[in-house]
Amino acid sequence: MRARLLALARLVRTIIGVPDYERYLRHMRARHPGCRIMTRAEFAAARLEARYSRPGSRCC
Amino acid sequence: MASVRSVVLWGLVALAGAGALGRLALLRGETISAAWLLTAAVATWLVAYRVYARFIAAKVFALDATRATPAVRLADGHDFVPTNKWVVFGHHFAAIAGPGPLVGPTLAAQFGFLPGALWIIVGVVLGGAVQDFVILCASVRRDGRSLGQMARDEIGPVAGVTALVAVLGIMVVLISVLALVVVNALKDSPWGVVTIALTIPIAMFMGLYLRWLRPDRVLEASAIGLVLLAGALWAGQWVSLHPTWAPIFTLSGPVLALAIMAYGFAASVLPVWLLLAPRDYLSAFVKIGVVIALAVGIVAVLPPLAMPSVTRFVDGTGPVFSGKVFPFVFITIACGAISGFHSLIASGTTPKLLASEADAPLVGYGAMLTEALVAIMALVAACVLSPGVYFAINAPVAALGTTAQSAAEAIRGWGFTLAPGEIEALARSVGETSLLSRTGGAPSLAVGMAHLFDRALGGGAMALWYHFAIMFEALFILTTLDAGTRVGRFMLQDLGGQLWPRVRDVTWAPAIWGASALFVAMWGWFLYQGVTDPLGGINSLWPLFGMANQLLAAVALCVGTTVIVRMGRARYAWVTLVPLAWLLVVVFTAGWQKLFSPDPRIGFLAHAARMDELLAAGTLPAGVKTLAALPRMAFNDRLDAAVAAFFLLSVIVIVTDSLRTWWGVVRGGRPLASTEVPAQPVTAYVAGD
Repeated sequence: MRARLLALARLVRTIIGVPDYERYLRHMRARHPGCRIMTRAEFAAARLEARYSRPGSRCC
Repeated sequence: MASVRSVVLWGLVALAGAGALGRLALLRGETISAAWLLTAAVATWLVAYRVYARFIAAKVFALDATRATPAVRLADGHDFVPTNKWVVFGHHFAAIAGPGPLVGPTLAAQFGFLPGALWIIVGVVLGGAVQDFVILCASVRRDGRSLGQMARDEIGPVAGVTALVAVLGIMVVLISVLALVVVNALKDSPWGVVTIALTIPIAMFMGLYLRWLRPDRVLEASAIGLVLLAGALWAGQWVSLHPTWAPIFTLSGPVLALAIMAYGFAASVLPVWLLLAPRDYLSAFVKIGVVIALAVGIVAVLPPLAMPSVTRFVDGTGPVFSGKVFPFVFITIACGAISGFHSLIASGTTPKLLASEADAPLVGYGAMLTEALVAIMALVAACVLSPGVYFAINAPVAALGTTAQSAAEAIRGWGFTLAPGEIEALARSVGETSLLSRTGGAPSLAVGMAHLFDRALGGGAMALWYHFAIMFEALFILTTLDAGTRVGRFMLQDLGGQLWPRVRDVTWAPAIWGASALFVAMWGWFLYQGVTDPLGGINSLWPLFGMANQLLAAVALCVGTTVIVRMGRARYAWVTLVPLAWLLVVVFTAGWQKLFSPDPRIGFLAHAARMDELLAAGTLPAGVKTLAALPRMAFNDRLDAAVAAFFLLSVIVIVTDSLRTWWGVVRGGRPLASTEVPAQPVTAYVAGD
């Protein structure tokens, strides 16, 4: 039950466009071991900057 | 066996659609249930998705599930992330859904429900969904490149630069007209003003909460935000009934316009986490929630459509906006049938999330069909109102006069009836002082939605539902407005950087403040002109926005055609050429009429000349209070004309440049050199996040 709720929460977060730090962590550990990993705060700031600086994030 | 079942099933769907369309076409004056309209739309779209989207996927692009997408090849854990197809669908839909498909069909209802409905049903199948899908496929095959980059790579540098400048101009018009819709919805409405104003501190509270109290707990913060929104609705009602506070929050159009400009400027210079991001999360929930609620409400009530299928205003004399059904129904509907803006999203975040090419039809074609369904629902919500009420809300003061009596007379003159006391009673029931001439579409859509929700749930909470709908629409619009202003600021900084590189520095305060102020001033000018226009502003600005949006779609279709031709599949280029040709015919007819029509109700230049004449003669037209307003109106007419001419010229440049490319390829002079990233099998990449 708890696992399902967590999965649902993840789904909703992805749909509304929340950056997923855990997924980033897994990716970095699996694919780029040894590389510097952004902290949670750095990651969040970088994602927001990217999202709100290009046209095509929002529509009429 | 399965194939027999499939043929029977799809045959039945097709029959249902054809039957419902036939019923709509054969209407002779009687009232009809919205069920027919919904059946016709949904059945047509299911068949189109099953047949046409598959055709484009298989024949034009030869989509291949074994070919690795950019999300797989370039997976980086943040930008490029292979994602479940339903999640991408939801994400893409939330990004393309905006206020356009709500407002456009509401305005187009002045022609009756049929012209708008037919264009939404057919236009999305052959135009809007094709554009989104083709651009998505093109971008997926090119590492998720943007529309502007593809215009430059595929067509040429001239087309690339023109597309960039055109996008900036289109954003200015888009933001100003949407802001005008909000101003008209909040004018003289203390309840609306308080509710919307409170959404700003609510969003900022969420931002601070997410930053300092409970980082990353977005769902938790959103739940708190939604509860606070309900509180804001209640606070608005309390203020509107309070003898001292109500007058303080009863604001005029110009004051609201200045407040919205200040808000846009603040949103552009404040940190994103404080205002933009939390508001976006909140708005996404409200957006999806209301779309579902509206669908449930319509299906539960299946209301009869009080608006006739076709009104006399197809002849071009309509009060909501001027111009004949051709070409103006195609301009007015805007985003519900085809929207150029979607091409920016289909070549933005979405292509970087697609886990498999096989998911592209659902996301590219399917999400646009869903958006068209929202447009049909908005049309239904507008058409459940009696025509008398619809025109009382949507016609400007210049056509209705300022009293319920003068409005009833004008409406009788158009062949509809407005019972004595009807509009006042309706205004009281939704908690407003007046609903006369509340142009822009938002108030009439809110009345329609309140009507539907009230009938579906009972309880007589019309006022609450009305202000809930207004809050939803305003929230929707303000999210487009603030994010759009910020993007516009970046684009201006980028352009300015060509002259003085330091301007490009996004950490240098003078550049940030200067570019923000300049961009707000650009859309603010048009907003202010609309707010102070005695004809209501929507009359001149909405067609300008509709043209801009369709022109951007034409640019996208040029890029799409070029991609198809250079892939060596010119024999399938009709897929994008047919909607492109139709858009060009529509937009150039409309553009020509807006510029040069001798009728001052339609042509910008003729209207300017008329203002000059009246000034010389010293007479005032209906609704204008001082002679000093006339030269200002004439100037604004000429400015609108210049903007329209600029849009048309940009498209001529891009189409000419595209034709040159196509001609080169077809004649064989230009190599077929596809700019696609070479195919790589998905098996070459490790599975995982």
